[in-house]
Amino acid sequence: MTVRVRARDRVPHVVSPEPFDPYAVEAMTARQERYYQASQWRLMWWRFKRHKIAVLSAAMLLALYASVVVSEILAPYGLESRNDRFILAPPQPIHLFHDGRFVGPFVYGLDYRLNMENLRREYTDDPALVQPLRFFCHGDHYRFWGQIDMDLHLACPAPGGTAFLLGTDRLGRDMLSRIIYGTRISLTVGLIGIAISLTLGMTLGGIAGYYGGLADMLIQRLIEVLRSFPELPLWMALSAALPVDWSPVLIYFGITIILGLLDWTGLARAVRSKLLALREEDFCAAAQLMGASPQRIIRRHLLPSFLSHIIASATLSIPSMILGETALSFLGLGLRPPITSWGVLLSESQNINVVVLYPWLLLPVVPVMLVVLAFNFFGDGLRDAADPYSH
Amino acid sequence: MIDYLIRRLLVMIPTLLAISLITFAIIQLPPGDYLSTYIAELQSQGEAVDAQKIEFLREQFGLNMPFYMKYLTWLWGMFHGDFGYSFEYNLPVSQVVGDRLALSMILSFTTVLFTWVVAFPIGVYSATHRYTAADHTLTLLGFLGLATPNFLLALVLLYFTNVFFGTSVGGMMDARYIGQPWSLAKLGSVFEHLLVPVIVIGTSGTAGMIRRLRANLLDELNKLYVVTARAKGMPPLRALIKYPLRMALNPFIADIGNLLPQIVSGAAIVSVVLSLPTTGPMLLSALQSQDMYLAGSFLMFLASLTVVGVLLSDIALALLDPRIRLHGGVTR
Repeated sequence: MTVRVRARDRVPHVVSPEPFDPYAVEAMTARQERYYQASQWRLMWWRFKRHKIAVLSAAMLLALYASVVVSEILAPYGLESRNDRFILAPPQPIHLFHDGRFVGPFVYGLDYRLNMENLRREYTDDPALVQPLRFFCHGDHYRFWGQIDMDLHLACPAPGGTAFLLGTDRLGRDMLSRIIYGTRISLTVGLIGIAISLTLGMTLGGIAGYYGGLADMLIQRLIEVLRSFPELPLWMALSAALPVDWSPVLIYFGITIILGLLDWTGLARAVRSKLLALREEDFCAAAQLMGASPQRIIRRHLLPSFLSHIIASATLSIPSMILGETALSFLGLGLRPPITSWGVLLSESQNINVVVLYPWLLLPVVPVMLVVLAFNFFGDGLRDAADPYSH
Repeated sequence: MIDYLIRRLLVMIPTLLAISLITFAIIQLPPGDYLSTYIAELQSQGEAVDAQKIEFLREQFGLNMPFYMKYLTWLWGMFHGDFGYSFEYNLPVSQVVGDRLALSMILSFTTVLFTWVVAFPIGVYSATHRYTAADHTLTLLGFLGLATPNFLLALVLLYFTNVFFGTSVGGMMDARYIGQPWSLAKLGSVFEHLLVPVIVIGTSGTAGMIRRLRANLLDELNKLYVVTARAKGMPPLRALIKYPLRMALNPFIADIGNLLPQIVSGAAIVSVVLSLPTTGPMLLSALQSQDMYLAGSFLMFLASLTVVGVLLSDIALALLDPRIRLHGGVTR
């Protein structure tokens, strides 16, 4: 039976005068072309950029790490400068207007009185004393990176005045300056620790994944045993074993090594499983069939495909190291003064009475949490971007 | 099943032996021992030290033996419930630790229960209500919980409870029950005081568990069998509970291996902050004073706690999931 199409439904007969291009369907727009020709790392960057919080976190971490280079200049006071007239002074808020008149950033001077009833130090703002902050000024002397004598600061208190923006501790040392100095130690602990953990994890995980067999089994067992130890008590035991007569710098390296030595298990597992999975991929088989040497396959094909994943998981384990150092120092088993990290600062607020009376001693908690959050978001963004070919 | 159980138990023995060796090596690491520290202290105070008495003590505590002999003696003792001698307290370790081990265990297992009870409904809710405002809020809260170090949370909570309620949350029970025999009232008081530490220790584990449960359940919900069930007209709740939920439950139990060490670690430091009479504070002081057998037994106990926990979780998983039972126990 034939279908009869009514005359008015019939499509008009048109022949395009343009020359016929058989590849018209396959032609790509400029945008598509850019996408398909982009390198792996460029694709990752594009994908990473879409994760707004991760980009923000990365920017914040970058700024913090940059601050580590010039901590001495950023801090308004020196690390150990004591102001014995202002012991445990509360934070001085920054004001802009005095008596309805714009003065620029300034703080009111502190009035100190010893309450004879409960022997508490009481500080009050003295509205008569307007102490404007100075910028790019000369203040406490310090040795820049322990080498050059300098006294330049980004901001300092008015001559003869004070500017304890986050209060002072029991020796009258400025908390803000100490937190800024602490950033240097707390942030680098994670980096050195992760370098050790990466080296160990990639080597042992690589051996397990590549050679398999007995080596694989032994390494797997070792990882299992290490993982069944609760991390913190083990860290505590190891850092308690550091000799008492070591210098603070040696202790610092000792702690980072301890943190790195116990953290590699997760990375080693990731490397191993990635290697095992990648070995079976088509591109690997293709390379083998084309006669590539094992060395070339590893360097040229395997390494780039799992490097991004490893970087992402390494980033995600940095915060646990920073927290580990903070916890150890907090307990008094980690870094020791004069090396100052956020954990060392927090160890002063172990006592509940201290926390209630002088809550600003708890402030180093804030940078710890910010950095840990930022590393988590940043690592999450990296992990999503690590495999740009998936959707 | 019995076959699997036996194999699993046999694997545990070398693991425990390796753990004991590492533990012993670590507590042997610090140069010197408790006695030499003690002698130095006495001498610095100008007191005479009887060389013969010291030699006798050294012999008595076996401090002169080579490493492997000391290790074997220690290991052998542990089989008989003899955990060595605490130098600091001048008592056998088993008498010093007392209630602490039990309290540590109670704390850890309550925290695991808390994690499950809280993570389960929240995880299911945010998976079934994906991308709603509530889901986003819960995800954000989870991130915060994951990132907040628990001892800092404990400090902050201590501060706020003191400011707002004027009470201290420290301690494990009401002061009047300390040293009393166990009774129902004492147990109740312990549970009251457990609440804050359990929340503090459990937060990060709970947050992680919620994220995993949500991801797993989402994977299951997108599978074709769920679509089929729905297309056949199965009520939504039944279509959720009957199969997908059961599948998504596996990580709850399988993850104990990761969760327990984390909780035990958290419990150690939170106990120091909140001054709970668990193993944490005593381990800290034992480490600081080189009281090696005391520190060693605590380390050994905490590690065995996680090993046994993982064993229990593997058994539970095998009961729950026939695939594991039949395929020889590859759980992860």
